[in-house]
Amino acid sequence: MDIRARLEDPRYFQIAVLSTFVTYGILALDFGIRPENAVVIVITALLVQFAGTMAAGLPRFDPLSPLITSLSLTLLLRTDIVVLAAIAAFVAISSKFLVRIRDKHVFNPANVAIVVLILSSDHAWISSGQWGNAAISAFAIGCLGFIVLTRARRAETTIGFLGCYALLLFGRALWLGDPLAIPVHQLQNGALLVFAFFMISDPKTTPDTAVGRILYAIFVACVAFAIQFGLYQPHAPIFALVATAPLAPIIDYLLQGTTYRWSGFTTVHEQRIEGVQK
Amino acid sequence: MKLTATILAAIVTIGVSSAAQAFCGFYVAKADTSLFNRASQVVLVRDGKRTVITMANDFEGDVKDFAVVVPVPTFIERGQINVGDQAVIDHLDAYTSPRLVEYFDPDPCMVRRRLEMSRDMDALPSSKAVRESEARSQGVTIEARYSVGEYDILILSAEESDGLIQWLNDNGYRIPRGADRVVGSYLKQDMRFFVAKVNLEKQKKSGYAYLRPLQVAYESNRFMLPIRLGTLNAKQQQDLYVYALTRTGRVETTNYRTVRLPSNKDIPVFVKNDFADFYRDMFARQVKAENNRGIFLEYAWDMSWCDPCAADPLSARELRSLGVFWLADHSATQKIAPPQTQNVFVTRLHVRYDREHFPEDLVLQETGDRQNFQGRYVVRHPWTGESSCDLTAYHEATRKRQEREAQQLASLTGWDIDEIRARIDFPDVPAPDDTPAPWWARLWD
Repeated sequence: MDIRARLEDPRYFQIAVLSTFVTYGILALDFGIRPENAVVIVITALLVQFAGTMAAGLPRFDPLSPLITSLSLTLLLRTDIVVLAAIAAFVAISSKFLVRIRDKHVFNPANVAIVVLILSSDHAWISSGQWGNAAISAFAIGCLGFIVLTRARRAETTIGFLGCYALLLFGRALWLGDPLAIPVHQLQNGALLVFAFFMISDPKTTPDTAVGRILYAIFVACVAFAIQFGLYQPHAPIFALVATAPLAPIIDYLLQGTTYRWSGFTTVHEQRIEGVQK
Repeated sequence: MKLTATILAAIVTIGVSSAAQAFCGFYVAKADTSLFNRASQVVLVRDGKRTVITMANDFEGDVKDFAVVVPVPTFIERGQINVGDQAVIDHLDAYTSPRLVEYFDPDPCMVRRRLEMSRDMDALPSSKAVRESEARSQGVTIEARYSVGEYDILILSAEESDGLIQWLNDNGYRIPRGADRVVGSYLKQDMRFFVAKVNLEKQKKSGYAYLRPLQVAYESNRFMLPIRLGTLNAKQQQDLYVYALTRTGRVETTNYRTVRLPSNKDIPVFVKNDFADFYRDMFARQVKAENNRGIFLEYAWDMSWCDPCAADPLSARELRSLGVFWLADHSATQKIAPPQTQNVFVTRLHVRYDREHFPEDLVLQETGDRQNFQGRYVVRHPWTGESSCDLTAYHEATRKRQEREAQQLASLTGWDIDEIRARIDFPDVPAPDDTPAPWWARLWD
């Protein structure tokens, strides 16, 4: 693959941005990331990816996706037991090979691993408050994330989710008679933005058509809102994404599209865009 | 899984008579926490959906003026409300307080003969009526009325906040401006309110000179601490101490940053007599560094031990009185030693809040993190006794160490470095020169 082809692959940007966050989180925000967990997650993820590649008879070993998954896990999942970190990486990558519908994996790997771990162990948790809510850092995260998105040309999932979730938060505040500072505070959350830009936007697990993706994003936002303010569970978007993941194949079935491949422009929608731009 | 959470108790205190504005928000603290004005203390016991909250009550005024309105997430029955013991909260406060530890340099001449230096560790405690028919017509239902200890408890629900506010006004309670909006918001979230006021006769009979803490036990998904009512008529920032007792591990907020207080810092010896000032100024500086939005972790520890101990760990009996329901009650059957492991993890959080920087109630979660953390500050006394050898090198090293301690103190508290230096008892050797000696200076010593 030459350099231009590499630059076309948005995952390099994604890795760069996520690495920046991990570094910033460790150095400036005291995230409580344990280096040994990070190392174990990366090694396990690469090994499982390699084993899966062999078993599935794929043409080549692709280290980028497991690296991204490892970074997301490192960024979001906290555990005080290093074995749990390894299990998380195992669950994440193996879910890609084992849980598939219409030749696409169903769950975002890091997302499903985080939920499985949290539901099954007291020793795994998410520290979503640790990002703080300084507007400036939220802005920086958003912008950097958006670069990733525009490379992937899949911004509608993120925009659909954030727009709908924000509407629901503001609507709730108006209904309750709360000051608008409350929904603003709720949106200024680094973990929410990381979720919106780096997790729900995963082209491999979202519907293939733009309309499908927007519908899907709205649905995730509604479920997340219900979990957060109906069941009073924190980190609701993470749970909502797992709960709604099986919906993506159904939407795909109803609105036929073409499966995303990481480099090159292969979807029907994107080919159209290219055509228009030329 | 410990993601679930509770709600409770935002507390607004209101005066019954027009004379008292009462104190607004949470309760004023005693003992160690009294170095802060407008401080309040809450003990939260949480496991699964079960929560027991103990609210310290340090109301200093005429008790006939005292009443408190507490939102709760569920309907509360008589047995769910209790009156606790302030002494246990004071004990918990002392046990979890930031601590100063002292070390004494041994005789430097002896040290040269021994490779291992033994250190003496010593802990210092860180400074140390209502007509119901009328009510119904206003859309307010008095669902239950109890008498608990020296308190009369009324549990209210109201279809709309106007009814509740009107009812409170009609009964002589003064409520802060803007409370109706917050009350309305809580009501729409299906919360109920209880009002506690002092029953003067019972209070006299009880013989207590102060108001004892109120305790409520309930079961809810919501694990949060409503602070909004408390910020309504507060002109300044308020301090809140949350002592969380869990089975799993540390408690943190999910909607604000939880920050560790700087710890294990060497500071000059004179701070020993000024520890309260040191701690107050350091805390203020940390709050500022977090743009007034941080929540500070001051202690996180397994309740069965401490090192060093600012106070003994709480006994199983004390913990049970705070609502740690998973501890077996051995008091009747077992008269010998209590079990070694209590399976209780304590987290002490300290937040300085106001409406601007904390618009939303605190949402909490239990984590699996059982790593110990304490606010610990160290003073090292230089050797001042007789010695049988030349102490020049020791004094030079001490002087350098003291200078580092001075700079550390200045950066932690913002105190003036020259004033700090003036208070340090430097050994009688020339101040170290900033410019290093040339490399050959000691070559042929």
